[in-house]
Amino acid sequence: MLSRVADNLYWMSRYLERAEHTARILDVNLNLMLDESSSSVDRRWQRVLAALGNPLDLAWSGDAYQVAHVLTFDSSNRSSITSCITSARENARQVREEISSEQWQRVNRLFHQVAHYNLTESLDVLPSEFLLSVIEGIHLFQGVTDSTMGHGEGWQFIQVGRYIERASATASLLNLYHREFWGQAGNPAEGSEYLEWIGLLRSCTAFEAYCKTYTADLNPDRILEFLLLNPEFPHAVRYSIDCLQTALDAIHGEGGKRRASPLTRLAGRLRASLGFGQISEILSEDVGSYLQGILYQCRDIHEMIYQIYINYSIQTALAG
Amino acid sequence: MGSAELRRFDSFALPNYLIDGAYDEMFEAIGQPREHYVPLLETLAALPADEIRRRKHAADLSLLNQGITFTVYGREEGTERIFPYDLLPRIIPSEEWNHVERGLTQRITALNLFLRDIYNEGRILADGIVPREIVYSCKHFRRQMRGLQVPRNVYIAVVGSDLIRLPSGEFVVLEDNLRVPSGVSYMLTNRRVMKRIFPQLFQRYGVRPIEHYTQALLSTLRSLAPEGRAEPTIVLLSPGVFNSAYFEHAYLARQMGIELVEGRDLVTHDNIVYMRTTTGLRRVDVIYRRVDDDFIDPLAFRADSVLGVAGLFNAYRAGNVTLANAFGTGVADDKALYSYVPKIVKYYLEEDPILNNLETYLLNDPAQRDHVLENLGSLVVKAVGESGGYGMLIGPHSTAAQREEFRRRIIADPRNYIAQPTISFSRAPCFIDDGLAPRHVDLRPYVLFGDKVTIVPGGLTRVALRRGSLVVNSSQGGGSKDTWVLNR
Repeated sequence: MLSRVADNLYWMSRYLERAEHTARILDVNLNLMLDESSSSVDRRWQRVLAALGNPLDLAWSGDAYQVAHVLTFDSSNRSSITSCITSARENARQVREEISSEQWQRVNRLFHQVAHYNLTESLDVLPSEFLLSVIEGIHLFQGVTDSTMGHGEGWQFIQVGRYIERASATASLLNLYHREFWGQAGNPAEGSEYLEWIGLLRSCTAFEAYCKTYTADLNPDRILEFLLLNPEFPHAVRYSIDCLQTALDAIHGEGGKRRASPLTRLAGRLRASLGFGQISEILSEDVGSYLQGILYQCRDIHEMIYQIYINYSIQTALAG
Repeated sequence: MGSAELRRFDSFALPNYLIDGAYDEMFEAIGQPREHYVPLLETLAALPADEIRRRKHAADLSLLNQGITFTVYGREEGTERIFPYDLLPRIIPSEEWNHVERGLTQRITALNLFLRDIYNEGRILADGIVPREIVYSCKHFRRQMRGLQVPRNVYIAVVGSDLIRLPSGEFVVLEDNLRVPSGVSYMLTNRRVMKRIFPQLFQRYGVRPIEHYTQALLSTLRSLAPEGRAEPTIVLLSPGVFNSAYFEHAYLARQMGIELVEGRDLVTHDNIVYMRTTTGLRRVDVIYRRVDDDFIDPLAFRADSVLGVAGLFNAYRAGNVTLANAFGTGVADDKALYSYVPKIVKYYLEEDPILNNLETYLLNDPAQRDHVLENLGSLVVKAVGESGGYGMLIGPHSTAAQREEFRRRIIADPRNYIAQPTISFSRAPCFIDDGLAPRHVDLRPYVLFGDKVTIVPGGLTRVALRRGSLVVNSSQGGGSKDTWVLNR
């Protein structure tokens, strides 16, 4: 497969995952805001902005709807949902021959839905309906991808993009919540803090799954364990890294004798740390730097993918 | 044809069918269809207009769903339109086609010999058949090609020549496209759609197939591989998704089963071209390039090009990679050189041209220039290096201001223009507003030249869909129709 094509598939997938994440975080937090006092609203939205990587030129103005509008519709802001979906479509368009026509139609439809959304609606309402339809559109795309595209190398690059984005997103959310709330670790959460933990779980679509495992007692340590180490829940960091490594192994296999060993080592080490780690050990150490470490490793894996598959130098390629 | 059927057909708009001096593809005279159009007319007569409309709609939908579109594109919004096409086929009897086929084979063979000659010994220039200044002043002449050996001595592997039919019914060549001719994907998809719309008519007619075009293109490219490369890797080089013909590039690559690459996918090292794949660098042997000379290698040609591959030309010169078409072929489709093609055919092949040229005035000749400047209102003036219907003045349809503008430009740079009489080239019936209306058409057959010459029967018939218009280019409101060459 051409390196450029792999690159396009990878970013198409990452951008869609990012758009979904942003849409869900906005929806969850706009919804929670209805139940809250203004002081916690300020903190929450500053956290939302931090979770989305503090998008350029966007400071907390005190108006949640205005921020949500920018993060949704402002195509000049690269983090907005519109920008992410436009970029995903742009990437898909360049590899139209590699993806199925069903996939193309899905992502194209999603683009038109977002780009032509009627903005004449009043600015203090951002319809939850709209955010949910974005999430639904992306879910449909993923379903169509799995059932209409051959699960070869291209599909594996789509998996890599999706799970590396997801693992980073979940890890950085955990990191932010940890910084603010883990002071009183161990005790079941109450009152307004209870809402924050619900917010965290919902931002990862994990509320129901958590309740099934641990009941509705929201205990911060268990939440951390669930979102970090659960091997079955698709938005948990461990699950994402498992999928990421499986996809990387499959790509490595296609390449035959390629020297992908540094990448195998990076991904394998991260996977082992999550797979064999215990929550008690992690809690006894510095949780913040553990989470930060996951983010760094994701970044390293991304760079190594580029070094090996996409941006390699001619000399190393000819020598190998 | 039975008169009863003709009357039924009359009921939808045939009385207004215009027949004048121009050759009509369907009618010899009013009420007298040519023999090979009779089955089509009978079929149409038996179909209610509603049914024809329904089939047309089904065909449009089929094209849109398959994504057979050309793009009008901006980052903010993406719009894609289907290439307009007409429902009624243009039918060419086999003996007429055989004549065209022989003529094109002869012409392409001679033009290829000409290219080889001017980039090597230059005999035809030394013998004074073609003036040196015409060749050396052409902006598509590439001095970098001097003395370079190209595989099998084939410079022009893929050609699309534009033919028109004169009022006498004779096919003449309007221009040769020897650089990167496009449109062949529309020929192929038109045919697919037509088979779905008129299956019975197909059986009844016995139409010669064209499906093998992509396969023939692939074997042509393979036959041009550098020596010693038994299993050559062939790629199609496209300028990328913003090019209006991107659909065609992707379509052809997929049909041939080869990679569609862009300049940034290719690298050269030690005069060998590689493409970057996820499994490492893979050597490339033949490049079917759809990027113009100017943009293909920033080291050899335009330095500001970002579409090209640095070092490609050196790899080509070293014989490690073949490009189809070769560089510098544009000198032979220059519109001023065009007028010398009959002499070129005669010079190399010692035969009379089978297909004639249109009469052409060269404007760097003072006598011819004066004649043209006096008669701008009745002539067509074209810029020699342009294509796609740009840089053209159609005298009878022009305003005084436009004529004045061209007069100025001609005087400033006479080498850059030629003039031809305005020809009312042939018309074919089109299905427009529920009736038959005649529209001007040309014909672009696609010629492949590798170890042998292959011409798929037919080609792309382009239609000037606007009433009375003589411009068939898709960028100027033209459309297309399927072209049927008959077995017998």
